[in-house]
Amino acid sequence: MSRSRSPSIELSHLDHLWFQISGTLCNLTCHHCFISCSPKNDSFGYLSLLDVKEKLEESVVLGVKEYYFTGGEPFLNRDMVPILVETLRYGPATVLTNGTVLKDEWLETLREAEHGSVYSLEFRVSIDGFSTVTNDPIRGEGTFDRAMEGVVNLVEFGFLPIITAARTWPDEDDQHVVGQFVKTLREAGYERPRLKLLPTLKLGAEEQRTSGYVAGERITHEMMDDFDHSQLVCEHSRIVTDRGVHVCPILIESPDSLLGQTLHESTTPFEMKHGACFTCYQYGAICSNASSLVETTSRNS
Amino acid sequence: MLRASWKPQAAILNSPMLTVGSRTRIACFGGVYNNYLALEVAIYDAKSRGVDGLYCLGDMGAFGPHPDRVFPLLLENNVTCVQGNYDDSIGNELDNCQCGYTDPRDNYFAQISYDYTLANTSVENRRFLRELPKEIRFELGPLNVLLCHGSPRKTNEFLWESTTSTHFLSSLAREYAADAIVTTHTGIKWRRDLPDSRHFVNVGVLGRPENDGQTNVWYTILGHSNDAGFHAEFIPIQYDHQRLAKEMQSERLPSEFVETVKAGWWTTCLEILPSKERRRGKY
Repeated sequence: MSRSRSPSIELSHLDHLWFQISGTLCNLTCHHCFISCSPKNDSFGYLSLLDVKEKLEESVVLGVKEYYFTGGEPFLNRDMVPILVETLRYGPATVLTNGTVLKDEWLETLREAEHGSVYSLEFRVSIDGFSTVTNDPIRGEGTFDRAMEGVVNLVEFGFLPIITAARTWPDEDDQHVVGQFVKTLREAGYERPRLKLLPTLKLGAEEQRTSGYVAGERITHEMMDDFDHSQLVCEHSRIVTDRGVHVCPILIESPDSLLGQTLHESTTPFEMKHGACFTCYQYGAICSNASSLVETTSRNS
Repeated sequence: MLRASWKPQAAILNSPMLTVGSRTRIACFGGVYNNYLALEVAIYDAKSRGVDGLYCLGDMGAFGPHPDRVFPLLLENNVTCVQGNYDDSIGNELDNCQCGYTDPRDNYFAQISYDYTLANTSVENRRFLRELPKEIRFELGPLNVLLCHGSPRKTNEFLWESTTSTHFLSSLAREYAADAIVTTHTGIKWRRDLPDSRHFVNVGVLGRPENDGQTNVWYTILGHSNDAGFHAEFIPIQYDHQRLAKEMQSERLPSEFVETVKAGWWTTCLEILPSKERRRGKY
């Protein structure tokens, strides 16, 4: 019997439940965005507090461990603060933001909500370079200064944001770039910066900026032998959008990613036939919070 | 008196899971990390409190000096042990500790202590570690208790208090048919009572302080009584940490590790911490 072209993966357990909380709407238009978010891209819409509550309740039965919120820019959604407050009643929450629209009153409310919860509220702030020279060509003019202002504000409110940077530089420059990142963040007042590097995903705007996936960049059956399946997002995650429940945050624009309308319907196996699956395989755990600072032997370097 | 070599207990050989009889009050030691001085004090303390079983939840090695000094204490005091990720690595002479860190700096320091521990663990003790069970089950009063290292489903899974939902723990307890799940691995103790009279406990570790600026370490006594039901008591252990620090220096272990022993603040393995736990520390 011949094997299908791409291997399928089972959902072992729904550990991470994601919400595409602001759809594809964003105040920025980053040139590497894998779902081409922008102020005008409304192909995916907002989720309401009610939408989220319904899924949070359903998630209890499935034993979801953590909740993640992404967009677009999540804080364009006017329900975002109450959504996070509500989520912290259920479990730990992480929100992926560009850090440019945060308001003090929101952070005050969220600080109180986290203080009153046993769970962590994590902020992941996207900055794609350690200066205006490296960041702004990717994310837009003035975005570095605005994002850094957001980071400093988060730190002043007592949060420890995870700075997330897509690797738009050669791999061999990692050490230098990360070192400069840490230096910049410390100089701005963030004494113990947390940093996570991500690979770029050759989808959406990034496909235009560099290139798309070629035919050979696919997961094969042989590649799955002796591979730790838990490194793949689809093995332990699903994401809710205004269209339903999809397999992972990266593939929401692919029709086959939509698995059902409820979490229960969406626990079916998924055939990993996309180029982005190959990136996920290569780098592993690209969507979780595990941070990666800098390869050095001194804490204070 | 410490013995240089010894034979492991036959009952725990070649078994992925060990089932023992009923208990009412037991002591659970988390990661020892070569801290034989704290282990010795903890065993004495637990015995003086009248427990009817001593258990260790794995990771005998790492961080501290003189790995082989831990094993005679475990054997001579009939401490029943679970295999941690470190034990699996040392026992099978793997390349790294499988600690689950993602940060290069954390992995750098983890590798130093792993290489030291592997080089200084005897063949007999490696065999002991290799043959430990992944989990231990017993009855504590009417409760089915499951002891494991990180989580029942994955030895090196980090279950932090601030990033583990209650319904996730309940689903684990249901799936693994346990009334109480007892773990270590993260280095910081915590407990949570779950719906349906189930419980989750992280017993802390003996190997190093728990990032609170104090030099003591912790172990846990679990019990059940008809009046109070299930109870978990966290016990602080003061030991000769200055001696441990001197021995670590003599063994040329990293000064960052020595600083943690002397000051009670973690200086490594920081990037794996969720924000709530990270904020409580100094670095």
